[in-house]
Amino acid sequence: MEQQFESATLGMWVFLLTEIMFFGGMFCAYMIYRSTYPAAFASTSQHMNPLWGAINTAVLIVSSLSMALAVRAARLGQTRALQILLLVTIFFGMCFLGVKAIEYHEHWVDNKVPISVPGLGSHWDYSEAPQYARQAQILFCFYFFMTGFHALHMVIGIGLMLTIFYMASKGTFSRSYFAPVEISGLYWHFVDIVWIFLFPLLYLIGHTKNLI
Amino acid sequence: MHSIPSVRTYVLVWLTLTIMTFVTFYISTIDLGEWNIVVALLIAFFKMMLVILFFMNVKAESPLTKLFAGAGFFWMVLLLGQVAIDYISRSWMPAGKMW
Repeated sequence: MEQQFESATLGMWVFLLTEIMFFGGMFCAYMIYRSTYPAAFASTSQHMNPLWGAINTAVLIVSSLSMALAVRAARLGQTRALQILLLVTIFFGMCFLGVKAIEYHEHWVDNKVPISVPGLGSHWDYSEAPQYARQAQILFCFYFFMTGFHALHMVIGIGLMLTIFYMASKGTFSRSYFAPVEISGLYWHFVDIVWIFLFPLLYLIGHTKNLI
Repeated sequence: MHSIPSVRTYVLVWLTLTIMTFVTFYISTIDLGEWNIVVALLIAFFKMMLVILFFMNVKAESPLTKLFAGAGFFWMVLLLGQVAIDYISRSWMPAGKMW
């Protein structure tokens, strides 16, 4: 059993390595463009709301705590506690997505969406700093791709938690069998870590400097 | 089986992570020039280590799992480091201020 459990954990880490490569590519491209156009990228921070970002970071950290406690409950064979903690995790995951939706809406109203959707017209306008307009478009592409893929991972994570909740209610888990809880937890924490880096990179750099 | 960390440990880690979030938010309001990004990323790195070691419980995992987790770092260092070296050495980036 011990060896089976270890292979499950190891297999999950191998999957997480592929996820690191997936997000790593985006972080790498972001690094190159950020250092090529530092002023233009910093100017976009004026349009991010660091308070929403900070709130969402705190929300995700709470969800990670409840996830870690859920895994602990599973190890101790406390199915009831596991289920409650899973619901708490799902709740905070939903809160995160809700805040993200508010932010996306703000960008839409603020005309900071660098794509034109047929029929909806252009929602891109950077006339407050026309000298940066083109490069700022690159940053907002990064912003929507990176936070979008992160949000997608959150949605998948919530789906996983619902599955684990269902399995727990069927009485699948015991003190000797809790590997699915453990590896879903690893996934949840990984998604948290991605946000821990997205928050300072997208929201915090240069947001107090008056660059426009 | 692995030893099970106490609730206290988890709560302390969560408290540290939350405090670090406020710290990084506060520091970002102070103009440190190019050091803002360095401090922000150092804090993010510290927070990541806390999550990996305690929440993901890598601290108590087998050496093989630790190796796999470490391989992720190694890959990121290679990717970001080599690409940065390439760009810097070809002078494709603006000289002087990087951030």
